[in-house]
Amino acid sequence: MKKLTFTLLLSFLTIFTYSQDDLLDVLDEETPKDGKEDIVTSTFKGTRILNGHSIENRKDKELEFIISHRFGRINSGFKELFGLDETNVRFSLEYGLNDNLTIGIGRSSFEKTFDSFLKYSLVKQKRGDKPFPFAISLFGSVAAKTKDEPFGIKERSFVENLSYVGQVLIARKVSSEFSYQLTPTYVHRNTVRQTDDPNGIFALGVGTRFKLSKRVSLNGEYFLAFNESTSINARNSLAFGVDIETGGHVFQLILSNAITMIEKSFITETTGNFFGGDIHFGFNISRTF
Amino acid sequence: MKTIYTVLIYFLFTSLICAQERYLTKNGSITFFSSTPIEDIKADNNQVLSIIDASSGKMAISILMKSFMFKKALMQEHFNENYVESDKYPKATFKGRILDFDTIELTKSKAKVTGTLTIHGISKEITIEANFAKSKEAINVDGEFIVNLADFNIKIPAVVSKNIQENIKVSFKFNHKPYKK
Repeated sequence: MKKLTFTLLLSFLTIFTYSQDDLLDVLDEETPKDGKEDIVTSTFKGTRILNGHSIENRKDKELEFIISHRFGRINSGFKELFGLDETNVRFSLEYGLNDNLTIGIGRSSFEKTFDSFLKYSLVKQKRGDKPFPFAISLFGSVAAKTKDEPFGIKERSFVENLSYVGQVLIARKVSSEFSYQLTPTYVHRNTVRQTDDPNGIFALGVGTRFKLSKRVSLNGEYFLAFNESTSINARNSLAFGVDIETGGHVFQLILSNAITMIEKSFITETTGNFFGGDIHFGFNISRTF
Repeated sequence: MKTIYTVLIYFLFTSLICAQERYLTKNGSITFFSSTPIEDIKADNNQVLSIIDASSGKMAISILMKSFMFKKALMQEHFNENYVESDKYPKATFKGRILDFDTIELTKSKAKVTGTLTIHGISKEITIEANFAKSKEAINVDGEFIVNLADFNIKIPAVVSKNIQENIKVSFKFNHKPYKK
């Protein structure tokens, strides 16, 4: 009797488990677990948070053309059409040598500055079995000012007009709506305006994005400089903006106290007081080929 | 001792039945295609899981959305980020059954498959016709059908509405082999 009960119980149990065994559950069990790493993508929409670089790279063999504008100060009044009469424009071409390494060249009308950069994605943020909480990229750039000095000031040599920037970009996508980035930065200028201005400037950038909808996000960016040029009464740069994404384009509409768009300038040479109304309206438009 | 034998034979018997009943593939392929005068969009996924229970004709398919490969990396990123929202809805699934499964023969024959297709978190009942070929060693299925993006609440923004078709052609091919646990 005992035997029979046992067998019956067993068969009942197996039938029970069997009926619970949904085909989709079988597929879940059979899904390869080890193979792919779950890399977090789209931490930011564009390769810029606003003025500064984000950890996003152009992918392998992709070419991106970016046109950026910053107009004059909004508080310059109607005669200057609220800053629209003055404009700093930067064109750049940025190319993915592979998925992790992007090279770029650009030219800003402000002080006729050429710039070039390399950005390398060192570590990716990962979810899944082997998670890693942050993405880390390295950024380095060289900028050359080619505008002639005003009359009476000694011309600088090419080397004297160079500036260098090194950054470590550390970003985390917290949720599909919210990402942030910390950007320790070092800027070195070969020449400074006055001898008591520092050649080397350390700064820490903080950038965030909130997604308002699938294709629109609200971004903020602040660079805190730990030592600044006193001769121009430099201020920390602050920017707010909106990203609008449409297929291969990203539009960024920006309000910033900086008129420049390259690291060595907006981190160390910004003089506007954002809350005093020294705000530059601007935009970045990118097209990827 | 006798009990143990009974139990062992029982186990053997049940596992044997299970093994013969189910057919599985881990590298089924699904391709979707959208063609407009402006742009052709094509993506392949060769890591689709599909299973058929030969005793009941039931079928299930599991598709990892991030495994769709596009020619352009940016397209792939947008597909996952903006269209199917792969972080929120990592998988698309199908669960249903093959009608008149017993009549399917060794050579190619058509049969209807009906069930629930879930994409982007939205489920819809569909019935499609597919080509089947059945033997002891394999069940092969292939075919194609049309997915209407609006049915699954996948929105195309107005600016790119000329680049993406509203109805996407999806083709599939699964070569199932006997599944042993």
